[in-house]
Amino acid sequence: MTLTTWLTDDAPASRLQANLGRAYDVTRRLLRNPLAALGVAILTVLIVCAAFAPWIAPYSPIGQDLGARLMPPSATNWMGTDELGRDIFSRVVHGARLTLLIVGMVAVISAPLGLILGAVSGYFGGWTDRVLMGITDVFLSMPKLILALAFVAALGPGIENAIIAIAITAWPPYARLARAETLTFRNSEFVQAVRLAGASHMRVIGLHILPLCTSSTIIRVTLDMAGIILTAAGLGFLGLGAQPPLPEWGAMISRGRSFILDQWWVATMPGFAIILVSLGFCFLGDGLRDVLDPKSGDKS
Amino acid sequence: MKPQRRGPSAWSRHLRSVLGFAVILALTFLGLLAITFFIGRIIPIDPVLAVVGDRATNAQYEAARIAMGLDQPLPMQFIAYVGDVFSGDLGRSVSTNREVSTDLIRVFPATLEMATIGIIIGVLLGVPLGVLAAIKRGKITDQLIRVFALLGYSVPAFWLGLVGLALFYAGLGWVAGPGRVDIYYEGLVDPVTGLLLVDSLLAGEPEVFFSALSHIILPATILGFFSLAYIARMTRSFMLDQLGQEYVTTARVKGVSEWRVIWVHAFGTIRVPLITVIGLSYAALLEGSVMIETVFSWPGIGNYLTTALFNADMNAVLGATLVIGAVFIVINKLSDVLYRVLDPRSRS
Repeated sequence: MTLTTWLTDDAPASRLQANLGRAYDVTRRLLRNPLAALGVAILTVLIVCAAFAPWIAPYSPIGQDLGARLMPPSATNWMGTDELGRDIFSRVVHGARLTLLIVGMVAVISAPLGLILGAVSGYFGGWTDRVLMGITDVFLSMPKLILALAFVAALGPGIENAIIAIAITAWPPYARLARAETLTFRNSEFVQAVRLAGASHMRVIGLHILPLCTSSTIIRVTLDMAGIILTAAGLGFLGLGAQPPLPEWGAMISRGRSFILDQWWVATMPGFAIILVSLGFCFLGDGLRDVLDPKSGDKS
Repeated sequence: MKPQRRGPSAWSRHLRSVLGFAVILALTFLGLLAITFFIGRIIPIDPVLAVVGDRATNAQYEAARIAMGLDQPLPMQFIAYVGDVFSGDLGRSVSTNREVSTDLIRVFPATLEMATIGIIIGVLLGVPLGVLAAIKRGKITDQLIRVFALLGYSVPAFWLGLVGLALFYAGLGWVAGPGRVDIYYEGLVDPVTGLLLVDSLLAGEPEVFFSALSHIILPATILGFFSLAYIARMTRSFMLDQLGQEYVTTARVKGVSEWRVIWVHAFGTIRVPLITVIGLSYAALLEGSVMIETVFSWPGIGNYLTTALFNADMNAVLGATLVIGAVFIVINKLSDVLYRVLDPRSRS
């Protein structure tokens, strides 16, 4: 029996086989969509850059060379150099680490927070639901960027505070989503069966309801990633995110602002990195939605 | 057919929905106030120390603390804060040394002007593009429009602003640079509405008008591009829903021209949900203007907010956050209500 037939077996013998089979199926259908495949490729490059930055980057991201300030793109400096003679390409490659760190941390904080709040809200209903969803709606109806700005202004600039501020503004959609999904399962027979078997509310939510909400949350998180990257870059641009000399892309654009008319590459190059990575997440998110959520797949 | 009778039950239902709307709006505002209040309390700066200075004696410090109401329990402080905000008192700005509310009234029209031009551009381009993508579904045109729209989600606004300035102002010289109007026209027109394009026409100063137009067109177009992305995507999705319906097939079978089927039959139905989408994008533009205003030195509320951030001017930051948040909420909820009023299905 080959691996493919084992993965696509209609009657999987174990949970592992079923899970792997599903993963295989999703990946296969995802890669058939050209834009989604492009998204996967872009994000692979991002992860490789982040993981092997010191080996990929030809120079140090903070090593200054004042003799080679503001050099245009050339064979030695592919993206030129900035006002301190640092190689922009090396800084962009190292910046991949910061970007990945920010989106990863925001996702790790906000998605579980939203999921738990939403599942609890939908599962218990009544006043718990009204209060929790009231809070969610308040956050949902507020401008995210402005709120994040105000939070960072209060907490103080820095990459950790930027992550916290973005996470605070990012969780409400996940709560809404998890609540809607939970409502459809709450009265289903399998939940009643688990309850009858003596499972606690926490066990029902944690082991039986939350896992069912994950696929729609993954789609939503992937689609939100572009927005998170843009917000983080915006905070960096305003000097509220990662602090110098960290090679954060938004902060790099901000430094290049003074030279935009003559040395265009200083501000422009990091921008291309932001666009590419955000587009990658958009393509992947769109593709995932088509594969995992066939209802809305063909519409947008 | 007999006209439908509107008994007291219909009116009480209307009244109830209006009251419900008012309650939701009030609660959302309270939530916004709670958040700005909370942010104001987590600042690591001691507000009393900022007033009395670090040479003050303990007695002076205590006296100032009581005078500022900071000895009260937090809920009482919050009530006092809400009272202040509703009487229009947002505190004094440290950097401009004026009342924050006065400052905000002065800068808000500039933002409103740019966002309005932006949404007009976004709708005029986004709706036709969305319809076109729906008609050409799956074709290369559709894919191109899809990528173009996704760019609206992936390009940093401040970056596009910088590149736009370098290209169209410095490089090609097609538009004017940062600022709202050429420096020698500044202060020439008395603010009536605060919208420079309108004011200059009212004052009969066409030169000022064209200077202002040349300044606003680039930032407004860039801002509009971001609403275009969302509007085009949603229009496409709504149109695809309609084009698959049986009434469209019926119309085609009856020999109605394709143009009429698309723009009269199908588009007629999606006008209502589109209004909600446009409302939401308009609110989002007010938010997006923060970045664009910073890049273009546009003297609006976004620029005011970021300038205040650099000066650690928390009263101004929170005041601007509150006003942008409030406008955002009102537009959001209004487009929601408009949808319910206009959509006949939701009336019953």
